[in-house]
Amino acid sequence: MNTTTLLLTMAACGAVTFLIRLSFIAFGRYLPDDPRLSAILRYVPPAILGALIAPEIFVLDGRVSLNPDNPRLWAALTAVLIAWRTRNVLATITAGMLALWALQACMI
Amino acid sequence: MNAPTPRSEFLAGVHAELPLLLGVVPFGMIFGVLGLAAGLPAWAVVLSSSLIFGGSSQVVFAQLWGVAAPPAITVTTIGVVNLRHLLYSAAVAEYLRGLPWRWKLLLAYLLTDEAFAAALPRLRDGPATPHRHCFLLGTGATLWSGWQLSTLAGVLLGTAIPAQWSLDFSIALTFIALLVLAVHRRSDAGAALVAAAVVLPALALPHKLGLLVAAAAGIAAGLALRRFDRKTP
Repeated sequence: MNTTTLLLTMAACGAVTFLIRLSFIAFGRYLPDDPRLSAILRYVPPAILGALIAPEIFVLDGRVSLNPDNPRLWAALTAVLIAWRTRNVLATITAGMLALWALQACMI
Repeated sequence: MNAPTPRSEFLAGVHAELPLLLGVVPFGMIFGVLGLAAGLPAWAVVLSSSLIFGGSSQVVFAQLWGVAAPPAITVTTIGVVNLRHLLYSAAVAEYLRGLPWRWKLLLAYLLTDEAFAAALPRLRDGPATPHRHCFLLGTGATLWSGWQLSTLAGVLLGTAIPAQWSLDFSIALTFIALLVLAVHRRSDAGAALVAAAVVLPALALPHKLGLLVAAAAGIAAGLALRRFDRKTP
């Protein structure tokens, strides 16, 4: 696809993102204060993050692989444990990368 | 004690944001590397950081561009990925009421996960002084600058980092850290697990609809699992 398509798609993504952020700040009094809407919104972050994480772990070379030999699976589980215990983003990334490198070194 | 000035509020916001840059700067650099690897030209990787300005959505944008997803699907998916910012907008709105339009537009543009997280305690629990929005400007401007510079650094270093280092995995790790912080109830965990399970087969769906379908399934699962939650926070 060409440069114009890229620019227009990116600008549209930026506009959508900006309007979401502007929504209640600018138009709060016109927007519904509906508990059902907040109930749905509450599950957007965990659902999106779950859907973003799984392919990063289980898709290797364009194919889904649920093989337990996958070092990314164990490194990710290490990261979940560290994130849960420390609630610290940097500690989670560091522990996950160290676990992945250690596992990859062992498996070569 | 002197009343807070716009300047002192701004600097306090900068100060509150700086520790968060420890996580944001590596993420920005990795996004720079990953954007190039996905097939975006260098200028587009750098431009997306100011035009879209949202880390996880920029990663998704690069991935969808890399697989030539239709623009309408890309824009919709980015909208869903960033939908959580509605919550932030609603949370800060009451503190920004009465500000001129130019302030509302500027602060809405800067309203990201990390700027919001660092500013909310001040806005919600601090004194209701007339310049408190300058605190949010401080956190937002600091994050914005750190994000632009780290993306640029990633693009410049991109080709120098060997693929064997598997640095792309740190994107998944960042998402894992954010996910664990976002899970407070059993139904939150249920939403994440169902979305993760659905996305793998859904990746084969036409037009790269997989992420949207998985997110919808996860949200539905979270709503259905609400009755198993122990308490409402």
